[in-house]
Amino acid sequence: MTANQIMFILFSVVIIVFSILTVTSSRILRAAVYLLFVLVATSGLYFMLNYQFLAAVQLTLYAGGIVVLIIFSILLTSHINQKFEPVGWKKSLFSALAVASGAIVTIVTILDYSFAASRSAAAEVNMNLIGKKLLWVKDDGYALPFEVISILLIAAMVAAIVIAKKGGPSGSGSKTIKQ
Amino acid sequence: MNAGIPLYFFLILAATMFFVGIYGFLTRRNLITILMSVELILNSVNINFLAFNRYLFPHKLEGMFFGLFIIAVAAAEAAVAIAIIINIYRRFTTINVEDANEMKY
Repeated sequence: MTANQIMFILFSVVIIVFSILTVTSSRILRAAVYLLFVLVATSGLYFMLNYQFLAAVQLTLYAGGIVVLIIFSILLTSHINQKFEPVGWKKSLFSALAVASGAIVTIVTILDYSFAASRSAAAEVNMNLIGKKLLWVKDDGYALPFEVISILLIAAMVAAIVIAKKGGPSGSGSKTIKQ
Repeated sequence: MNAGIPLYFFLILAATMFFVGIYGFLTRRNLITILMSVELILNSVNINFLAFNRYLFPHKLEGMFFGLFIIAVAAAEAAVAIAIIINIYRRFTTINVEDANEMKY
């Protein structure tokens, strides 16, 4: 067994164990921390696949940004030691059955299909190439999706501020009801 | 870098992670934990894109850019979702999906 395989097994065990803990943990803050472990292990997988740039994006944006955002919103909306009531056995049993059958069908299909591995030489993924492709407007360029995603991000940020803003017509309405 | 690991391993890992996320989506009642399940699902799809790109089309970069855009969309989605969750909390003082069942307040 090579070092590569050992690393892969390590990452997959971390991902599977902690993703199961994320969806079953009864304390919400712990679930967020388990999600952080899953995201970091996923970025390790990206490093193994030799996509260093995307692994760095994953670490900074997902592990650094989204998890912190989730933890902030947990602290704003729940008590730290709040525990969920356990899920009813009926619901969890039927969900587990549906999920297990879906997973089995998917995995059997994957194993059944023979993927033809490519023999062409791998392109070197460096920052130079990524930057050129992101702003390239002709074939093999991603200038349009890049612009669309930047507009989407601005729209999402403005929308988040407007939605979460205190006050507004409905906010003052609820205040008058209380008085 | 990935010698000795077949493509199947990555795909099976991603499928397992995806269905664990679906399980969380079905059983959880708290909006934030549902959001975390969605993040798990998005991540597993990303693993698939990158593994396909590396194993089947290593001379191209489509999968990598698709993964990059998925991460950006996930960030936007998380920001808007958390704004909505905070607004729901302010109106209903709970973020349990079964207690917040009115569209108009």
